[in-house]
Amino acid sequence: MLLNGAEIVIECLKRENVEFIFGYPGGAVLPLYDALYKDGFPHILPKHEQAAAHAADAYARTTGRTGVCVATSGPGATNLITGIATAYMDSVPMVIITGQVIVPHIGRDSFQEADTSGITTPVTKHNYLVKDVAQLARTMKEAFFIAGSGRPGPVLVDIAKDVFVAAAEFEYPENVRLRGYSPLTAGDEEAVAELNSLLLASERPLFFIGGGVNLSDTSALMREIVDYTGVPTVTSLMGYGCVANDDPNFFGMIGMHGTYAGNLSTKAADLLIGCGVRFDDRVTGSLEDFASGAKIAHMDIDRAEINKNVVADLKIAGDLRWSLGSLLRRVRETPRPEWQRRLTPWRRRLETWQKEQPLSFTPRDNYVMPQAAVLELSRLADRDAILVTDVGQHQMWAAQFFAFKNPRSFVTSGGLGTMGFGLPAAIGAQVGNPGRQVVCVSGDGGFMMNCQELSTLADLDLPVKLFILNNRYLGMVAQWQRNFFGGRYACSHIPTKTDFVRLAEAMGVRGVRISDPDRLTETLRDALTCAGPVLTEIIIPEDEDVLPMVPSGARLDQMILGGLSR
Amino acid sequence: MKYTLAVLVEDKPGVLTHVSALISRRAFNIVSIAAGYTDEPDITRITLVVDADDQYELEQVVHQLSKLIDVVKITVLNGGESVHRELAMIKVTSLPERRAEIINLVNIFRAHVVDVNKEAMIIELSGEESKIDALCELLREYGVREIVRTGKIAISRGANTAREQMEQ
Repeated sequence: MLLNGAEIVIECLKRENVEFIFGYPGGAVLPLYDALYKDGFPHILPKHEQAAAHAADAYARTTGRTGVCVATSGPGATNLITGIATAYMDSVPMVIITGQVIVPHIGRDSFQEADTSGITTPVTKHNYLVKDVAQLARTMKEAFFIAGSGRPGPVLVDIAKDVFVAAAEFEYPENVRLRGYSPLTAGDEEAVAELNSLLLASERPLFFIGGGVNLSDTSALMREIVDYTGVPTVTSLMGYGCVANDDPNFFGMIGMHGTYAGNLSTKAADLLIGCGVRFDDRVTGSLEDFASGAKIAHMDIDRAEINKNVVADLKIAGDLRWSLGSLLRRVRETPRPEWQRRLTPWRRRLETWQKEQPLSFTPRDNYVMPQAAVLELSRLADRDAILVTDVGQHQMWAAQFFAFKNPRSFVTSGGLGTMGFGLPAAIGAQVGNPGRQVVCVSGDGGFMMNCQELSTLADLDLPVKLFILNNRYLGMVAQWQRNFFGGRYACSHIPTKTDFVRLAEAMGVRGVRISDPDRLTETLRDALTCAGPVLTEIIIPEDEDVLPMVPSGARLDQMILGGLSR
Repeated sequence: MKYTLAVLVEDKPGVLTHVSALISRRAFNIVSIAAGYTDEPDITRITLVVDADDQYELEQVVHQLSKLIDVVKITVLNGGESVHRELAMIKVTSLPERRAEIINLVNIFRAHVVDVNKEAMIIELSGEESKIDALCELLREYGVREIVRTGKIAISRGANTAREQMEQ
């Protein structure tokens, strides 16, 4: 079959069962868009390339399929960078297709030329520059294989404009053969056997689960292991939903804004088992003091993660589908009551800490408290709702107070901490999950970074429920300034004249504002149950802190606590 | 502590960008880097000398580089079990009255004079780093004008090859 390059790209997308692409047209991808037009391939058009990248990312996070986004050369490609870096830090499978100037113009500072493969090298799992149409199909095949296998990540394919119009015989390779790439599957069974022995010998074991459990779809295995053994379990921001919040063995998030019980448990544990985690500095606090009394076992598909930040006493390199499966078989060799009985005193200790210092806040008269708003959203949202956040205080309140029930249902920029992520990510989540409720919690700062996407919500009639916790501050910046910079609010006070409700209305989205706590439940319920998209602006106090807080670089047991009652 | 790594990579466009960008992004300390063709047409061999504080840091360099799709094989070449060489060309001032002295030094070091004119000569020397350092030091008093060094290349002793390890 003789096809031109643009048609080959579309044919490859079909072979990879791609449902939608998120993109924005431009000069260098005109031939590709012409072919998309003729083919009728489903395409989602946001208002900014950055939004296309975040939307493809959230589509991938929630569906487990590889997200695809497209942009033109030069500024189109550079606008994607934040989105690519966000996906890279959180190991999200994405294939990014960018147009490049025609081959004879490369390297001559041509119009809309940028060194896209050079710029994206540090933030992609791999990238390609395609200058020959004969290489196109094989490159696309490799890109999808690399993005979705092993530790997932974004792969960029930069295609010169003249390649889109050149013709080649299309043949999609069956297999990929890459000498330098063989993702880990099964690993060393002996290591898992040793982990089982360590668990049996341990009095105070702790599972610490991370984004890897979400990415590998091993939540069911993890839940079974936790339920069978009764080993107390804590999570990173990215691991939420893998074990449900209401599981009696679950003690919340650890790290800078982790729970009291969770953070103390890392100090008291004698065995900490990291499952698909990378021991980020936001989780460990002071590295030397992290889990200093515990042996550390580390399960990860990426060998380079093991011993990167925290030195592991037991390394289990391999796919969690293998290691957790093997661990489950082994823990079952010991009767369930024996596990449960032995670990009861340890679990009681965590329960005591949890009772002493639950996540809490102090209500204020006549104010909607942000934590109360999240609690209410959690209560009113559908059981299978997807929660998307932006980045900042509201993100941490969402993490602390939303009751997560399912894997792949919390979409948040963890590693890169990208403000402006929320709204476009909600678009991608909704496109990928048309039947599910998508709730987006944002702040007044992050929302404004990509507020143009309200227009996309309206144009595509995507029923995303957007809630803006507005404190008239860049809240997390202000919190640090309040606590560590003498209350000097440099550029973080943003009492804007912009009316978010009217902005929403102008873009074709229903807008609602609420500041009266007595109307909270009713307003949230209306927003969640109405048809179509709606923006709800919730006015909250200006100076509320996210607590507990472990100051940067401190030990996890050196928490600033706060709050009185729920 | 310095470690020498033999890194076999696919001879594809962009591979050197990928390797150098990774080194820069991960803040690894590179002492020297030398790349060249091998007996296999599609494989380039990069010899990297890295300065690592401990075993963990070396392990990070190896694991992070291994993750690059274009990197096919990495071998750590230990001093005693491998042969290490570097090539240097040194342009030194050699006025006629001192030329003989310099040539004498060249002979002692088993180096070669590859170019000579009225004012200067070019000396070519291959050997271990320390040998090259020593000659450079001795030539200093004659007036070293320019030095170019390839960076280290290394190969393991015995019959084993990096390629055989690659096929395993």
